[in-house]
Amino acid sequence: MSSPILKLIVQRVALGIVLLFAVSLLIFVGTEILPGDVAQSILGQTATPQALAALREELGLNDPAYVRYLRWLGGVLSGDLGTALTSGHDIASSISDRLANTLFLAACAAVVAVPLAILLGLLAVRYRNGPVDKAISAFALASTSFPEFFIGYLLVFFFAVKWQFFPAISTVFDGMSFIDRLHAVALPATALTLVVLAHMMRMTRAAILNVMQSAYIETAELKGLRPLEVIRKHAFPNAIAPVVNVVMLNLAYLIVGVVVVEVIFVYPGMGQYLVDHVAKRDVPVVQAVGLIFAAVYILLNIVADISAILANPRLRHPK
Amino acid sequence: MSNELEFLSQRVAKGRLTRRDFLGRAAALGVTATVANSMLAAAARAEGPVKGGMLKAGLQGGESSNVLDPALNLSQVNFNFGKCWGELLVELAPDGSLEHRIAESIGSSDDAKVWTMKIRKGVEFHDGKSVTPEDVVATLERHADEASKSAALGILSGIDSMKASGDEAIITLKEANADFPYLMADYHLVIQPNGGKDNPNAGISAGPYKVTVDEPGVRYGGEKFANYWQGDKLGHADQVEIIVINDPTARTAALQGGQVNMVNRVEPKIVDLIKRVPGVTVQTASGRGFYPFNMFCDTAPFDNNDLRMALKLAMDREELLEKILRGYGTVGNDFPINEAYPLFSTDIELRKFDPEKAAELYKKSGHSGSILLRTSDVAFPGAVDAAQLYQQSCAKAGITIEIKREPGDGYWSEVWNKQPFSLSYWGGRATQDQMYSTAYVSSADWNDTRWKRPEFDKMVATARGELDQDKRKAMYRDMAEIMRDEGGLIVPFFNQYIDASGKGVQGWVANPAQEMCNGHALVRCWLEA
Repeated sequence: MSSPILKLIVQRVALGIVLLFAVSLLIFVGTEILPGDVAQSILGQTATPQALAALREELGLNDPAYVRYLRWLGGVLSGDLGTALTSGHDIASSISDRLANTLFLAACAAVVAVPLAILLGLLAVRYRNGPVDKAISAFALASTSFPEFFIGYLLVFFFAVKWQFFPAISTVFDGMSFIDRLHAVALPATALTLVVLAHMMRMTRAAILNVMQSAYIETAELKGLRPLEVIRKHAFPNAIAPVVNVVMLNLAYLIVGVVVVEVIFVYPGMGQYLVDHVAKRDVPVVQAVGLIFAAVYILLNIVADISAILANPRLRHPK
Repeated sequence: MSNELEFLSQRVAKGRLTRRDFLGRAAALGVTATVANSMLAAAARAEGPVKGGMLKAGLQGGESSNVLDPALNLSQVNFNFGKCWGELLVELAPDGSLEHRIAESIGSSDDAKVWTMKIRKGVEFHDGKSVTPEDVVATLERHADEASKSAALGILSGIDSMKASGDEAIITLKEANADFPYLMADYHLVIQPNGGKDNPNAGISAGPYKVTVDEPGVRYGGEKFANYWQGDKLGHADQVEIIVINDPTARTAALQGGQVNMVNRVEPKIVDLIKRVPGVTVQTASGRGFYPFNMFCDTAPFDNNDLRMALKLAMDREELLEKILRGYGTVGNDFPINEAYPLFSTDIELRKFDPEKAAELYKKSGHSGSILLRTSDVAFPGAVDAAQLYQQSCAKAGITIEIKREPGDGYWSEVWNKQPFSLSYWGGRATQDQMYSTAYVSSADWNDTRWKRPEFDKMVATARGELDQDKRKAMYRDMAEIMRDEGGLIVPFFNQYIDASGKGVQGWVANPAQEMCNGHALVRCWLEA
C-alpha cells in the first residue's frame, strides 16, 4: 500500500464527515418544517394554553432554531441522542436494540442475496442470450417487479399459513437463541433477498458483458481458456468496481428502506420505530434515526468508493 | 344417539378420549362436524377452565412511543395489557352492570353528591403491599391533576374533594351525578401504590398478571400473580403475551399459523373468509361505537331543521349497514345511544329511508344547489364508500351531495369539528350521560354537531342527578327523541367489535363495552387441554 491510496482514503472519509454535517443540518431543517406542534401533539386536543406554554418552555421550543441546532449537535457529538418526547426513554438505548435487529435482518438477507446475485450474474454471462440467461433474468426481474408487500404476503400464505414451516410474524427479543432468530427472520430475509436480487444480478451481468467486449478477453479465449475461467480470471476482476457500487447501494437499501417488510412481518426494526415517532412528531427520535440512516448510506458509499479504487490497478498505481 | 355423544364429549373434556376419535365417532353416528365441535365446546365449558399454559394475543393499536402509565393509555394494546396487570375499582360486566373489584361496595348520599367506596380487604399489589383507601384516593388525585395529562381528567373534573377514612374512600362531587360508579370503571383508573405518583410507569397494580416484558410497539408479557385476590376466577394461563401486529393481514396470518391465540379488529370484508378457517372462531360484540355524519346545527344551510330532516330521511341505513359493515352492526336512529347502554328505551321508532318525504322537506327548506360532504379513509373503514352510497340515496330524493375526499393526515385537526358537514366516528361511553356530556351539551369542546340548546343542557344535568332509575330512563327517552328529530347527527349504524379466537380457546364472553371481552380476553380465556 502506497501513500497515495492512504491519502485517497483519508480524503474520502473526511468528505464523508463533512457530508454528514450537511445532512444533520438538512435533517434539522426538515423536522423544523414538519407541520404540527410538538407540544400540541404530545398533550392532545384538549390541552389548555397554559399546559402548552409550560411544555414548550420545558422542551426548550422557545429558543431560536440555531441555538437548538447547536445544542442538538453538541449532544450528538458527545454521544447523547437525547430522550424521546413521547415516552421519556433514552433514545440511544432504545435505538441500539432496534438497530441491532435491523442489521441482523439486513445481514441475513445480504449473506444470501449478494453471492447469489453475483453467481447468477456470472452464469447469465456464461450462457448469455441462451435459455439459462433468459430464465435467470425473467425470474429476477419478476421478483423485483412485484411490490414487496405482495411477495411478503405470498411467502406468508404458503410458508406460514399453508405449510407452517416458518412463523408469520418475526418477533425477536433478547434471550432468543441464534437458531430461533434465524428461524424467525427466514421469511422477511427471503422477501428482501428477492427484492434486491435483480438489481445486483443485472448490474453484474452488464458490467461483465461490458468487459467481455475488450480485446484481452478475445486473447484469453483464443489462448484456449474455458469460458468460466475467462470470466473468473479476466472479466470479473475488471468489473468489480461497478458491481461493488451496486452491492453497497442495495446493502444500504436493506438497512434503511425496509419499513414495508418490517410492517408485514411485524419485525421490531428501525423503520417501524421511525414511522411511529414521525406520526407523534417526536422530533429528537426522528432526527436521531435520520442521522443514523444518513451515516449508514455515507459509510457504505465510502466503502464502495475505496473498494473501487483498490480494485482498479490504474487507480492503485497512479503515474 | 345423543346420549352416547354427550358421554363421549365429556370424556374428551376429561382428556380420556382424543378430539379426533370423538369426531370420528360423531361422524359414524351421522352427526355433522359443526354440531360435534359445538358439543365439544359445551363439554369443555362445563368442565371448567383449564389452568396453566400460555395465551398469546396479536393486537392492532400499539406504537413504539407507548408507555405503561395507565393515565396515558389511548391505544388498544395498552388498553388490553392494562386489563392484565391493572385492577380497577369496578369493571363493566358483560350485561352492562357493574362488577365490584377493589371497591367492594359503592353507596351515595340521597342527593348523589357524596359517594362512599368501601375498599376490599386482602387485595394485594404486585410489590406485596396491601391496597388501601389511601392508594385509591392518591390514584384519583393523580388522574385529576392536569400535570398527569391523564385521559381520565375529564370524567374526574366533577370531583370537589376526596379523602380516605377507615376502610373507605369518600368522594364529594360539585354536582349530583348518579353515574359516578360507572365513571370509576374507566380503564385509565388503574389503582397503583400511592396512586402511581412515585413512578407511574412501574406497571405495578393488583391485577392477575405481573408485568415481565415491556417492549413498546413490539410485545408485552405477564406472569401469573400468585396472590391475585380472585385467582380462582380469572387469570387461568400461567403466562400471557401480547404481540403488537398493526397490519391486518399479518394479524390474520399469525392467528391462522397458530403464533397467537386471538386477534382484535378483524375487517368486516374478510370475516366470511376467516370463518372458513378450521379452528378459528369469529367473536362479535355489539358495541356502543358509531359512525356519524355530523351537521353543524348553527351553520347555514344546516341551521334549517327541515333540511336536516331531509338529509336524515334520505339515508338508506339498511343498505349502508349491508355494504359497509357487511351486516356486522345495527342500524342507527340519529341519536348517539343504542341498546348496549343501560337505561335505553327500545320502543323509539326507527327512522326509515323515505326519499319522497325527504324531497318534500328539502323543497320546503328552500335550499338549492349542492351540499358539500367531507370524508376521508381515516374517519372509519369504508367512510369514502359510505359517502358515495349516501350521495346516491340522496339523489333519489333530489338532493345533490358533493363529496370532498380529504387527506387522512390532518383530518382530525382541520376537518372534524371544524367543517359543517363531515364523517367521523365515536367510540361510545360507559353511560348515556357520559356520551351526552362529552359531545352534545353547549359547553362541550367536542360538540361536533354544534348542538347548543340550553333546555337540552338542563335535561342532561337533571338526568345526571336523578337516582330513580325509572324516572331517569324516561328522561333519556325524551332526550333521545329530541336529538333524533332536531339534532345535527345522522347515524347510519352502530358497529360491532369483531375479534377472532383460534384453536382451543375457551371462555370468551362478549362484552359490549369494548373489544376483546372489554380487554379481558387474556384473563378470562383458557386453552382447552
